[in-house]
Amino acid sequence: MTEQTTRLVLPSHIEAVADAAAAAADFARSCGVAEEAAFGIDMSVREAITNAIVHGNKEDDTKQVEITFSCSPHAVEIEVRDQGEGFDPAVVPDPTAAENLLKTSGRGNFLMRSFMDEVTWQARPEGGTSVRMLKKF
Amino acid sequence: MAELNIRERQAGDVTVLDMDGRITIGDGSLALRSAVRRLLEEGKKKILLNLAGVGYIDSSGIGELVSSYTAINKEGGQLKLLSLTQKLQDLLTITKLLTVFDAYDTEAEALSSFK
Repeated sequence: MTEQTTRLVLPSHIEAVADAAAAAADFARSCGVAEEAAFGIDMSVREAITNAIVHGNKEDDTKQVEITFSCSPHAVEIEVRDQGEGFDPAVVPDPTAAENLLKTSGRGNFLMRSFMDEVTWQARPEGGTSVRMLKKF
Repeated sequence: MAELNIRERQAGDVTVLDMDGRITIGDGSLALRSAVRRLLEEGKKKILLNLAGVGYIDSSGIGELVSSYTAINKEGGQLKLLSLTQKLQDLLTITKLLTVFDAYDTEAEALSSFK
């Protein structure tokens, strides 16, 4: 059962990444998340928000990013929604494959998957993408 | 305060950049890019990044490290890393970039590895 929920609406500016990370840190602390898990949450929130702002909303001032944090006694769930044109995670190549190691981008989703226990992307019926991330503790 | 402070010093023909802060999307990544590009313009192609003071790096910062590495290689130079924190080491391990970068624990080892 969910015990706590916090929702934030952010502008599509890179500066909002730090605001989202600060909110995630506060939320993780209030949920009693240990330092190691909190680092993974911080990293994943930064990557998800960066994706939403840069690749989803394309830094369009008229679009927003919404982030919702929920915690239950054994897990934190985070959902990030953008208003972009949609995104298929399957098309992102494996950044750890030898031929991709020297690419300068494309590691965000990989890091989210590495640090969280579950990461799922969904196209929103009203447009845009929603990414849901779960960290158990 | 800047997200990433970079102090430059010379150790023989190797330029050491002592970095302190975070290498993340925005100012941190841009600061690293500007510093490396400027050194290349000055003809300084043996560069050691001292990351002892860098406690955090995101995918954009990792991308900037890779970009610096390829830019320096393209000019016939060498980029090496010094004093990775445990978190950075973990990140470069899971992204398999420790197989690309030369990383050293001590400055003496790092400096003597440059050809």
